[in-house]
Amino acid sequence: MADAGAARPDMDPKSVPVLSVRDLKVEFTGSGRAVPVVRGVDFDVYANEVLCIVGESGSGKSVTSLAITGLLPETARVSGSIRLGKLEVIGAEPETLRQMRGRDVGFIFQDPTTTLNPVLPVGRQITEGQVAHGLLAKGEAQKRAAELLREVDIADPEGRVAQYPHQFSGGMRQRAVIAMAMAGQPNLIIADEPTTALDVTVQAQVLAVLARRQAETGAAVILITHDLGVVAEVADRVAVMYGGRIVETGPVAELFRSPRHPYTRALLRSIPRIDTTDARLDPIPGQPPTPSALPTGCSFHPRCALAVGRARCSGEEPSLRVVNELQQAACHYADEIPVASVVATPREAAGGATPPANPLLVVDDLKVHFPVRSSILRRTIGWVRAVDGVSLSVRPGETVSLVGESGCGKTTTGRAIMGLIGATGGDIRFEGQSIVGLERAQMRKARRQMQYIFQDPYASLNPVLTVEDIVAEPLRIHGIYDEMGGAPRIAELFDMVGLSRSMLGRYPSEFSGGQKQRIGIARALALKPRLLILDEPVAALDVSIQAQVINLLQDLQRELGLGYLFIAHNLSVVRHISDRVAVMYLGRIVEESGRDTLYDQPIHPYTQSLLSAAPVPDPAVRDSRRRIVLEGEIPNPAKPPSGCTFHPRCFRATERCRSEAPVFAAYPGLETRTSCHHAGPLSVVAERQLEAAR
Amino acid sequence: MKLLHSTRSVLQRLLRSPGSALALLFLLGITLAAILADFLPLNPYAQKLVNALNGPSAANWFGTDEVGRDILARVVFGARTSLLTAAGAVAIAAVIGVPIGLVAGFFGGWRDATLMRFVDVLLALPAILFAMAMIAVLGRSQVAALIAVGITGIPSFARITRAQVLSLRRRDFVTAVEAFGGSSAYNMFRTILPNSWSPIFVQIVVLCSVAILLEAALSFLGVGVAPPTPSWGEMLRTGKSYLHEAPYYAVLPGIVLTLTILSFDTIGRALAGILENRSEVVTPAKVGGTP
Repeated sequence: MADAGAARPDMDPKSVPVLSVRDLKVEFTGSGRAVPVVRGVDFDVYANEVLCIVGESGSGKSVTSLAITGLLPETARVSGSIRLGKLEVIGAEPETLRQMRGRDVGFIFQDPTTTLNPVLPVGRQITEGQVAHGLLAKGEAQKRAAELLREVDIADPEGRVAQYPHQFSGGMRQRAVIAMAMAGQPNLIIADEPTTALDVTVQAQVLAVLARRQAETGAAVILITHDLGVVAEVADRVAVMYGGRIVETGPVAELFRSPRHPYTRALLRSIPRIDTTDARLDPIPGQPPTPSALPTGCSFHPRCALAVGRARCSGEEPSLRVVNELQQAACHYADEIPVASVVATPREAAGGATPPANPLLVVDDLKVHFPVRSSILRRTIGWVRAVDGVSLSVRPGETVSLVGESGCGKTTTGRAIMGLIGATGGDIRFEGQSIVGLERAQMRKARRQMQYIFQDPYASLNPVLTVEDIVAEPLRIHGIYDEMGGAPRIAELFDMVGLSRSMLGRYPSEFSGGQKQRIGIARALALKPRLLILDEPVAALDVSIQAQVINLLQDLQRELGLGYLFIAHNLSVVRHISDRVAVMYLGRIVEESGRDTLYDQPIHPYTQSLLSAAPVPDPAVRDSRRRIVLEGEIPNPAKPPSGCTFHPRCFRATERCRSEAPVFAAYPGLETRTSCHHAGPLSVVAERQLEAAR
Repeated sequence: MKLLHSTRSVLQRLLRSPGSALALLFLLGITLAAILADFLPLNPYAQKLVNALNGPSAANWFGTDEVGRDILARVVFGARTSLLTAAGAVAIAAVIGVPIGLVAGFFGGWRDATLMRFVDVLLALPAILFAMAMIAVLGRSQVAALIAVGITGIPSFARITRAQVLSLRRRDFVTAVEAFGGSSAYNMFRTILPNSWSPIFVQIVVLCSVAILLEAALSFLGVGVAPPTPSWGEMLRTGKSYLHEAPYYAVLPGIVLTLTILSFDTIGRALAGILENRSEVVTPAKVGGTP
């Protein structure tokens, strides 16, 4: 992936696009009325170029990519023109399309676990298409598959080709899918959210492999994503989709430096940054539109700061027009948007809070071990140490975050504190009183003081109750519905989380994701708790909605003096919301510190690699940032490595790390506590010394 | 509750398909006839030997039987026997089977193992044989038939409920109730059960047809409701002796029986499609045999 500024292929009059889409429209006619999902999209992709299509759910980005490959269901009506080389995709014979998909286009789907067929060896799946198209002899297939696996950095490719998908880890599976997409050396690769299901360190590996393979083959890549960090990291050009249309397109550097559409600008302003600390996010008001109920005129006008009171915005749909030599935007008033950068200026920094002395929650050496049983005799043959000695404390009005990749035990920690999973060892004290092993009735009482907010707002609300009953349910269970104020109290809770009282009688299915999460928050607040355990509360929400919910959580904390234990994997969100941060790896906290200290001066190698792997939504820093790409993935917690559990992936590991587990202790000169034999700031000198010592 | 809230739309969608609309109409007619039988100018017991085995006529639409009783009257009163037995049996099966499935699925472990092995034993017994054994113990009566048929229906409810509970048990909204201090009983009956109604309701409809068939089979074998109480199976049994002289005797009640079962099955399938919210038809587990 070359520098975005140099050699832009669209500047070269001789170059012919690999893919050319003109006035693409897709309507779904499933139930009665036709629903327009894509409404007139034009773009070109050239060889050697990465085009990122960014958009929220319902923006039509995935449908666009499916239309290009002719994979849309029969209920879809497609019009316009899609030219791939010499082939017109719309209206092509199924056989022609089948040939095209094997030869000219490679597709990388979001979830590698469902893309691979579990009953076939990986190697066979990688070359299956080539063999079927007669481009590869059957006898050659095994050898070619191994070659392809080597090209995506899979160790021992000869041994791996014969293995089945379940023997691959998530990141390896996605690399195998990339190998599969690359097998026919296609001119065009379409990747639909290729790293959304992966952890950040694995995401960095996969993006690096994708970028390298693209550079080697010179293919054109369309990458579809909602993550502006990923866009800034890999894109050459960007197309922003909203309401089924492209609202802005341009080279990545210009688009991030000076967006020309109010939506792009607002989106960039609404996301928290990992490299600065903001006081408050600027959310985009309202909800993203659904294709079946699009606003008239410009589909962004109900949420737009520029459109206020302007009849033209609500009456006339703007078309995509050239605003300067590099950028195009679909806005009537694009000229009014300040040219000044939105991302480069850090906003007002948050003042450090002074937390009161007495902690609300103290977790002391918490251990949660799950037995592993043999399949026949059900004997316990081992233990999964999901949480293995976690200590932390949360004070009133304070947010303590627990970050780490999937499988590190952060959710188990939260659920064990809540009493939903039994603790194997250690102590949990709430306001000085131990709540481990409490009697049923006492536990119920303790639970009134702390509440849990779930990641998936779609799954955490009972679908057969009205939202009023859902919010009232905790009060009714504790028999204090009338005592706490009855129906007026429920209405008051609705006001608190910014929902209209007129919605009280509706069912969860009638609400959007962000609204459902507000209902979940209202329910958690019903019992007037003092502590909230928030398990990835914004991870399932659209980018433009995340800021609204984060701001709401911060407002509520200030008003009610709540303590938050915030569990998340998104390091930018964590930096924004936390006072203190603890980084977990394989059931243990490896580094814990004040927010700014941890982000600015990380001393544990895992924290350092985690922070460096997280994409920053600013293309200007992508070439200057130093990135540590970790080897491998999180080991199986049932068989943790000896010594320091991080040593197999660590860039500082020495003999000592293999044999001796480090203790969790304060690091001199900082407020940080860490467990590492070689803790220290990331510096070239220190790395060299260590290298010499090895 | 959401279920009541959506009853109207389910009914509307049922009526949209001509097949299920007809089935619904037929069942409505049969049920009304069975309820209002006493007020109709029909007497299933009045014997008139001179009229024995007369074909269908203006006076006796379905003809008469070997002792000159009106077959239409006996079909209508037989509907009462059939529907009552079915309703009672399904109620017994659901009231026992659903809680078994709830407890087994919710708690798992030894409770699950014990309860489901008991259910497996019930499932292993051939329905007809089991029912005959029950009747041998309890004596020949409608209540005995009802209990026997009901017990054979327990496994299907237990299994369907358990499967539903297992899929809901780990859902966040169930964990949420636990998190704010709801008891297991609250979670089972107030959270999980209302979310499980759809497949249970479909099973109720399907089991109705199975129960009617089983009751008819028992009467056909001569161990069902004791004569002279009219019963469809009993009529088939006697009717088959006169198949040559009076084919209508066995055939007309047989057609009514077939149509009733067909209607229940049609509605069951349509409901499954509507409630599961997908187009393909799901056939719920069936128990029992055919006569």
